[in-house]
Amino acid sequence: MYVLVAGGGKVGANVTRTLISWGHEVTLIEQRRDRFERLEAEFEHRVQVGDATEMFVLERAGIRRPPDLLVAVTGDDVDNIVICQMAREHFGVQKVIARVNDPRNQEHFDLLGIQPTVSATANVLAMIEHEVPEHELIHLLELKRESLEIVEVQIVKDSPSVGKRIDRLSLPDGSRLISVMREGRAWIADEATELQAGDQVLAILEAGKEEELRGVLLKR
Amino acid sequence: MKAVVIGCGRVGSSVAKALVRHGWDVVAIDENEDALTRLGEDWKGGFLVGHGMDVELLREAGADEAEAAVVATNGDNTNIVVGQVLEKRFDIGCVVVRILDPARAELYSTLGLRIVCPTSSAISVLIEAARSCEIRPERATA
Repeated sequence: MYVLVAGGGKVGANVTRTLISWGHEVTLIEQRRDRFERLEAEFEHRVQVGDATEMFVLERAGIRRPPDLLVAVTGDDVDNIVICQMAREHFGVQKVIARVNDPRNQEHFDLLGIQPTVSATANVLAMIEHEVPEHELIHLLELKRESLEIVEVQIVKDSPSVGKRIDRLSLPDGSRLISVMREGRAWIADEATELQAGDQVLAILEAGKEEELRGVLLKR
Repeated sequence: MKAVVIGCGRVGSSVAKALVRHGWDVVAIDENEDALTRLGEDWKGGFLVGHGMDVELLREAGADEAEAAVVATNGDNTNIVVGQVLEKRFDIGCVVVRILDPARAELYSTLGLRIVCPTSSAISVLIEAARSCEIRPERATA
């Protein structure tokens, strides 16, 4: 696979290093001269210096081939948006991944259809949700393109699903329970699994099914 | 008629003042509060300090009701993104975006943004000015 990485900070450099170790062809673009020189010592011809929002820089890096994947991980959100737009709309790159530095900019990425996106802050918040038990239903993973999401549901003692086998629950169409975590152990859920208070259940569901699932598992 | 002007430098402030003279209600936005001085002491429009990527600020500036927007910060990429946000999120019919880089200007104009590229304009004007110079006879070669 040929991958173009825009932005040679910690994220970009580590992505590049790992992709190379997996045997992929990578070109990394870094704007800052001092950073470029450090990267060049490690990645040699695989790193180029320049502003990845300039079309001639992208062209010099081989965007016209085009790459199988472009990863925009600069520290500037508007740059990441513009790089992804140019790659997709002008150069016909099929897959882009963008980094969101400031989570308040997430809605701009969504508005302009740039996805998938990766946000460290959003990940930390999701982790906090995961660790804080008062949230009954939390989002673990959103697969926007597939229109699917994976959620974790905390079964509490007055949940209507307590004591019921999974095949006795009227789960909404387009949803499925994946696993049950109980007392530190996890099982793959099957139709005979009986839910208990305190269970942490993973579920996969189609977009828009969340309230129905919540109703079946949590609300009376 | 309402307009928002994002970026209140030399260009943005002059555009804002001209729109007010033509009877528009204008709110200007700039990251730097000193930019207000560019609008002059008799400035009758609004002025907000902040970044054009801030949706709440755009809303406060009246982007929901604005008929026109001019985006002229000193960052091409900021202008490109803010212009699209004003068009798509706030549904402003007339959004004009300044882009200095001719390559990006051409690309985004083919993607449907209303672009003004002062660099391209300057290049054409300079070429035209050079070509229209009168050549003194003793230097004419052919």
